[in-house]
Amino acid sequence: MSQEHIVSVRVYVLIFLALMVLTAATVITAKYDLTVIWGPLNAIVALTIAVIKATLVVLYFMHVRYSSKLTQVVVFSGVLWLIIMVAFTMMDYLTRHGWPEPNL
Amino acid sequence: MAESHTIKHHPALKHHFDTMEQQREAGTIGMWVFLLTEIMFFGGLFLAYIIYRAKYPAGFEAASNTLDVYLGGFNTVVLILSSLTMAMSVYCAQTGKQKMLIVYLVLTLILGSVFLGVKAVEYEHKFEHHLFPAVGFYDWTHEPGHDPQLADQARIFLWLYFAMTGLHALHMVVGAGMLLVLIYFAWRGKYSPEYHAPIELGGLYWHFVDIVWIFLFPLLYLLGFHLGGH
Repeated sequence: MSQEHIVSVRVYVLIFLALMVLTAATVITAKYDLTVIWGPLNAIVALTIAVIKATLVVLYFMHVRYSSKLTQVVVFSGVLWLIIMVAFTMMDYLTRHGWPEPNL
Repeated sequence: MAESHTIKHHPALKHHFDTMEQQREAGTIGMWVFLLTEIMFFGGLFLAYIIYRAKYPAGFEAASNTLDVYLGGFNTVVLILSSLTMAMSVYCAQTGKQKMLIVYLVLTLILGSVFLGVKAVEYEHKFEHHLFPAVGFYDWTHEPGHDPQLADQARIFLWLYFAMTGLHALHMVVGAGMLLVLIYFAWRGKYSPEYHAPIELGGLYWHFVDIVWIFLFPLLYLLGFHLGGH
């Protein structure tokens, strides 16, 4: 059982600044029409930045980088299950020939 | 022999734990298991979003353009700043800075309230423009320039917008209540470098709510931005 790790103020402020820069980056890149290069490129850029931001929050603000191996496994397993849910569902939807049209 | 009855331990140590470290570790893992259920809970809504966005890209982009990127961006900054003040309150609790702990908790509460206030303004705009997807109320063509053919697709986006941001806002309200309790006990001097698990676990919850918004902002607000959103 390890002693509690105290994250320094400097690390917290640096992570906050990184999150601010990434927020600006996501707004600026969204302004440009990247779909002319490749259809899903706007979405891929936006989601990549969001994943980086979330990872920074989990590792530093939520201290997972300094937590025990057991905590890290618990956190990772949750992300893994989310990926399984989305990936397996989309494997079904994206391979169908036409979905039922909405009748609202 | 009498020694075993006189071992001093922290008054906050529950009898079923051997040490404060073990108690803290168990609390952290317990909180994470709760947050995993929250990830799967929000994950279902994100999945619905992905499916319908893949199916109706045009309607999603048009409806996304009815959202205000600048209000959404402002709220993103406010929420990330509140995560910093929450992290700082954990730091103050760990280092025994009792007064600053209360200051940072109050700052977090204020920033959370600002977020909810901006959200309320945004919701009001949606109601004014008849974009709330309720039967007999929703009117996509109420606004000039909206393609009537996209009305049903845009409605799915707006339903997801209200469901996802509404549930997120509900988590913010719960978080604000949690902060009030933490501020009260911090004011009573309950937290010390030896015992501050509620601050640490409250922080985990607050940061989780921040992460949900980190994904909601680009998916909802920025989706149609390159098409000339505002």
